Amino acid sequence: MRLDWEIAKRGWRRYAAYPWATAAGVFTNTIFGFIQAYILLAVYRHRSDVGGYDTADTLTYVWLAQALIMTVYMFGWQELALRIRDGSIATDLARPLDPQRYWLAYDLGRAPYHFIFRGLIPFAIGAVVFRLHYPSAGDAFAFVLSVTLAVVVSLGFRFLYNSSAFWFIDVRGVMMVSLTVSLFLSGMVMPLAFFPHWLGVVARALPFASIMQTPIDIWLGKHHGASLAGVIALQLLWALVFLALGRLTLRAGRGKLVIQGG
Amino acid sequence: MVEPVLVWRRLVGAQIRSQFQYRLSFTIDLIGNFLISFIDFLAVLVIFHNVTQLGTWRVREVAFLYAFSSISFALTDLLIGHLDQFPQKIRDGTFDILLVRPRSTLFQVIGSDFQLRRLGKATQGAIVLAYVVGALDIPWDAGRVAMLIVMVPSAIVIFGSVWVVGSCLAFWTTDGGEFTNAFTYGGNFMSQYPVDILSTWLRRFLAYVVPLAFVCYFPALYILGKPDPLGLPRAVDFLSPLVAVGAAAVASVAWRFAVRHYRSAGG
Repeated sequence: MRLDWEIAKRGWRRYAAYPWATAAGVFTNTIFGFIQAYILLAVYRHRSDVGGYDTADTLTYVWLAQALIMTVYMFGWQELALRIRDGSIATDLARPLDPQRYWLAYDLGRAPYHFIFRGLIPFAIGAVVFRLHYPSAGDAFAFVLSVTLAVVVSLGFRFLYNSSAFWFIDVRGVMMVSLTVSLFLSGMVMPLAFFPHWLGVVARALPFASIMQTPIDIWLGKHHGASLAGVIALQLLWALVFLALGRLTLRAGRGKLVIQGG
Repeated sequence: MVEPVLVWRRLVGAQIRSQFQYRLSFTIDLIGNFLISFIDFLAVLVIFHNVTQLGTWRVREVAFLYAFSSISFALTDLLIGHLDQFPQKIRDGTFDILLVRPRSTLFQVIGSDFQLRRLGKATQGAIVLAYVVGALDIPWDAGRVAMLIVMVPSAIVIFGSVWVVGSCLAFWTTDGGEFTNAFTYGGNFMSQYPVDILSTWLRRFLAYVVPLAFVCYFPALYILGKPDPLGLPRAVDFLSPLVAVGAAAVASVAWRFAVRHYRSAGG
């Protein structure tokens, strides 16, 4: 536990070391938030409800999604794949510390940094300009829990597609396909409430909704009681499934590993 | 004028040959780029699953904007997208090397990392465009054809100039490269939709100050024969090539100004 804490602190510091990168990211998330907010507002000129979302729900969705995009690290994480490719993974495997545990602890240290410094400011700017939906104390608590699980699901998924580097030297193609699927089906590009009904149902059953749609729906107060327990349990299930698959891949990859050029 | 083009062709030719050495990797990359660019179009379709019109715009008209923006942006990305990696040269000081060579620094940065796989993104836009042009029933006359021919090069120059100006920031904030993304990737995102649905202040900033409305919106109004929902005179629709020239001039001045402020990290 002590060890995990120390690794987590390094995850935080790694990103805290580049304040300009954080400022630039906040600016970019804010601009994207505004563009998307106005596009979706134009939808509400023609109707007042989309898939159970009113204007405030949708605007809140847009700003929460921009706030969470770095927290759950939607875009191209490839640190593990690079270590496999350049052979550093051999050193990692020789350490008395499991690589998956290392990256999970590291990511759980990184995520709060991004939540606070990349998330709060864009959301606050959105909240000043638009009328947003705010959660009850209970929903807020469930939201924090759900975001934490979302980070674990996301890390589990990223660990899995990064591990494909044991078999492919160049994982860029695998990454792009994984990114396409997860960006679209998580609700990052468009809220799942806007999807055609059947596609929304399919997307919610898949693991990617647990990364973005689920925590935001909890903030919006769309889940209570049994339904809330259900979506949290589903997140937990997907987290465990991805972590287990990651372990299996790592074990299989270990037998396959050939270090390029010592 | 001809000589830099020849040098550029040799540089890029060598890079393309090297990328063809890893054929499987290259093919997978191309397909990956093709797939990921579908996301934005799916977003357009999801929106129009819920409404028949966005402002005064129908799905085919927005698809037309989308196709033009994504083709132009993909080609810009193909030509100069590696500017995104250029702040690394400032961080580690290898920009020094460019300063002592007998070519302009911008030329060297642009000629340094050409990735043919980015063509995958343009292919997707071209497919949407082919479908939409067939479905839209546009009365093609000389004016519209001329507009069609000049709009993509103008769009590329405008996107490219924005990219260069944004990249200049790297000379002051070495790790702030993501500022540029707001205007490049954000600009592409915005150009895929009609600018009249944006609020006034955001439109003034992104569409006119950063002249992104001239990328697709105004030329598309003319080709589609739509009256401007904002009531601007028709003449504005023809300004894109002029705006492109102006933007390129600004970018060129900005780059020279920025390079003078370069302080080496001692690479």
